[in-house]
Amino acid sequence: MQDQNSVLEVEGLGVRFRTEEGDVPAVQGASFSVQRGEVLCIVGESGCGKSITSLSVMGLLPDSAKAEGSIRFDGNDLLAMSQEEIRQIRGNEVSMIFQEPMTSLNPVFTVGFQVMEPLVIHRKLSKREAYEEAVRLLEQVGIPDPRKRMEQYPHELSGGMRQRVMIAIALSCQPKLLIADEPTTALDVTIQAQILDLILKLKEETGMGVVLITHDMGVVAETADRVVVMYAGKVVEEADAETLFQDPKHPYTKGLLRSMPSVDDETYALEPIPGKLPKPGEMPQGCPFHPRCDDAMDRCRVESPRVFTVGPGHTSRCWLGEEEKQNHAGKSVG
Amino acid sequence: MPEKVLAKLENVKKYYPVRRGLLNRVAGQVKAVDGVSLVLHNRETLGVVGESGCGKSTLGRTLLRLEKPTEGRLYFNGTDISSLSARALQPFRNKMQMIFQDPFASLNPRQRIGDALEEPLVIHTQLNREERRERVMGLLEEVGLRRDHYDRLPHEFSGGQRQRIGIARALALNPSLIVCDEPVSALDVSVQAQVLKLLQSLQEKHGLTYFFISHDLGVVRHLCDRVLIMYLGQTMELAPVKELYKNPVHPYTEALLSAIPRPVPGRKRERIILSGDLPSPAKPPKGCPFHTRCPEAMTVCKEIRPEWKEVAPGHQVACHVR
Repeated sequence: MQDQNSVLEVEGLGVRFRTEEGDVPAVQGASFSVQRGEVLCIVGESGCGKSITSLSVMGLLPDSAKAEGSIRFDGNDLLAMSQEEIRQIRGNEVSMIFQEPMTSLNPVFTVGFQVMEPLVIHRKLSKREAYEEAVRLLEQVGIPDPRKRMEQYPHELSGGMRQRVMIAIALSCQPKLLIADEPTTALDVTIQAQILDLILKLKEETGMGVVLITHDMGVVAETADRVVVMYAGKVVEEADAETLFQDPKHPYTKGLLRSMPSVDDETYALEPIPGKLPKPGEMPQGCPFHPRCDDAMDRCRVESPRVFTVGPGHTSRCWLGEEEKQNHAGKSVG
Repeated sequence: MPEKVLAKLENVKKYYPVRRGLLNRVAGQVKAVDGVSLVLHNRETLGVVGESGCGKSTLGRTLLRLEKPTEGRLYFNGTDISSLSARALQPFRNKMQMIFQDPFASLNPRQRIGDALEEPLVIHTQLNREERRERVMGLLEEVGLRRDHYDRLPHEFSGGQRQRIGIARALALNPSLIVCDEPVSALDVSVQAQVLKLLQSLQEKHGLTYFFISHDLGVVRHLCDRVLIMYLGQTMELAPVKELYKNPVHPYTEALLSAIPRPVPGRKRERIILSGDLPSPAKPPKGCPFHTRCPEAMTVCKEIRPEWKEVAPGHQVACHVR
């Protein structure tokens, strides 16, 4: 079912790492799609596979990793492409911004050089055109005095400014899809607010699809149209943002929402999820969340749950969803 | 019921010299902490909030006399410790401890956990080997670890467990004051709440006083009794926790509160988005340090540093506008 409007369709994505102790699965059976002009948030804690998922879309997995399934971008399967073909798309039609803007900018080149580079390579502009375009881009992402900034080096900019430069570079080729991996985690809250607003504003202006990876449910609520929750390498729940926050179905999603201290509610009492995150390669049998789950049944300890449709556009990988299924008469997959 | 005063700061300043050039001349100063006056009560948790470079960590380190204040007085249990020598500080050290943000960086990767926890006992107490071992076992259990963790190495623990080890080490000498420097910021949310609960129960049991440094206003609301807001080395607002969240007075506090993303989708937000960046602490603006980003700044804000005044009982603010 190829949707006219979807930019990205990931189906049954699995990523395994070869290690000395054997193959370790990092992502298993992840499926989701991103529409034009839509923000899809992938939420989860460390080791859940959210960053590996985004790196596979960019074709940036290390050599020790092996990906299977399909990642269709604009109808073409990225996993079937050669490195050279992917290079044509990466930075051009799909762009990415990372958590640490300092390590993703090259310290020995000026900001101007780095913003102009993709313009010359992908958009085939002349030096002079590229310069003017770069100034325009820096202006668009809200950098004051862009001509002066063009001559500066990354260390001369603050964290927020560096992230703006990264966004300018990511947008330079008018991508159809922007992947942002924890773009504001290293920034202060007042700067975070600026950057999130900027990403949403640019999405409105250009109509690109955005995949935003984060661990912060607050960021999800403020930006997402749809949300994918990941735990231990699997997508455990998917829903539109409204539904996810108002009617979460997976016990992990519920726990995640409860364990976040509320800024506005003084009566709120801390409710941690007991236990710890499983390490890749040491996954428990059955549902990976069952050792920490209050609702775990005998079945959860032996049999990995299927994905159940629990409402329109709302899926949950939890055996509890089986009862829900009766009410909605939905289908179940994988 | 006001508890007795445990620590007191009077106009404490901590400046660091900036050296430049071939001759390493002092070219300027970073005013990391610039005139902070504060009282810390027994058994309370004071939250200290601010963005990077606001001086909250330096203030915490100065409070423990890990840094010597450039100016001002620092009292602990009534004694002026601002200029005591390292030797004279010794008896105070075991009463003041610290928990760090990155528990892995604060543990020696080759040292067994038991040995790491025993070290303070060797230095500060007369306990013999057996008694020390028993004490360490007790500490491990108290922070929710097991006795058999004694012989393990740091890499065998998860982030949450490592932070528990950091807490156990801070507790080893029965301190009265613990400076917690972003103790849960590096942890995943589902684990973070566990550590916060542990801190709460330990405080109750041992009557601890926490100086809790954080940038997370959600965490602060649920753990702290009073909150101090800092910006570029200066105190902006100090209030009881309920008061601060209900009636923030300083424009910076308002902006901070409104900038936090809330887990409520589709909420119509009247967010105050501050323009501009944090100024460098080496070149803080004249007058009120916040005036360059303040939506309500007046002329006087650019010239004169606002005084630290009380606007309600226990609620202090440094602002010309309010």
